[in-house]
Amino acid sequence: MSPSEPIEAVQGQFADAVRSSHAWRGDATVVLHKESLVEVARYLKEDPALRMNFLMDLTAVDYSTYGKKPALGFFSSSGVGVRSPAQIPDPDPWPGPPGPERFAVVYHFYSTAHKHRLRLVVPVEESDASVDSLAGLWPGANWLEREAWDMFGIEFRGHPDLERILMYEGFEGHPLRKDYPVNKRQPLIGPVN
Amino acid sequence: MEVNVGASDMQRQPSFLTSRLNEAIGWARKFSIFQYPFVTACCGMEYMATACSHYDVDRFGAGFPRFSPRQADVLFVVGTISHKMAPVLKRIHDQMAEPKWVVAFGVCTCTGGFYDNYATVMGIDTIMPVDVYIPGCPPRPEMVLDGLIKLQQKIQDQHASGVRPAPEARPAILEG
Repeated sequence: MSPSEPIEAVQGQFADAVRSSHAWRGDATVVLHKESLVEVARYLKEDPALRMNFLMDLTAVDYSTYGKKPALGFFSSSGVGVRSPAQIPDPDPWPGPPGPERFAVVYHFYSTAHKHRLRLVVPVEESDASVDSLAGLWPGANWLEREAWDMFGIEFRGHPDLERILMYEGFEGHPLRKDYPVNKRQPLIGPVN
Repeated sequence: MEVNVGASDMQRQPSFLTSRLNEAIGWARKFSIFQYPFVTACCGMEYMATACSHYDVDRFGAGFPRFSPRQADVLFVVGTISHKMAPVLKRIHDQMAEPKWVVAFGVCTCTGGFYDNYATVMGIDTIMPVDVYIPGCPPRPEMVLDGLIKLQQKIQDQHASGVRPAPEARPAILEG
């Protein structure tokens, strides 16, 4: 199955749910309205032609500083930036953030039967940072959603036990949000350093 | 003639015999280190390389890891310590019986290493005294053995003098 076929299947079945789609560099991606996430996910899992039985990854992205603040090059301490200069033509540019919303929740699905993949992206507003949980469909989503809650503060409605998974009890804030102060420290014991 | 010599006076003026005995205890202790390896990260591979036959810490009498803090003399903290882990490490240290020593194995335990973020303890000396720092990412087994020999010297000196040597100062470049 080519990368575009799962996209077409989802578009054919849920025309209203799909906001946009692309297959940039071979990675099939569908951007969804968050209300229709669960029904699309159930279709991906249960449709015999798709059978996405493996939720490979579930994470989130905070786009609040995207394009506003220049990122440091990976080797910035050596003075060598790794960002490509604007002069180099890119025949296949990145499509950009999925929408104007601050967050996006990203799901990577794989079918071990048909050996194809699909990525779902669900943009999420900052004022209502919540999506429906997929833990009922893929049990592996349980811990991945807890991690996304821990790091980004995205609430997963219907999750059986939405507790922090990496950070400790009493930790305040969500450290991978771009507005979490980079120097903020919350040690359990010992000095703040 | 002074007859009323208290025990405290005798301790202040150690006789030939007691000082030699302390040295003998120190010598025995430094070659029978029971270590507690608190291994959390990639430094553990280098710890294993040091422990195995090519480098063989047993040549220095430290070949017997004990996984109970009650039975250990030296706490080897091997690998990055997160803020979530810090109370556990402190409790392990508190559970060890005196005399006890702590070795910071790898640069993450010395200073935090290249981590400077919300999750990592910036050096275990912020939560417990450290006797020997072994920097490196990870340190070569030769460096570990060098640190071990340094620790043995401290154990020997401690028993000879009766005074525990002050913990190593953190390198000045890391302050502030």
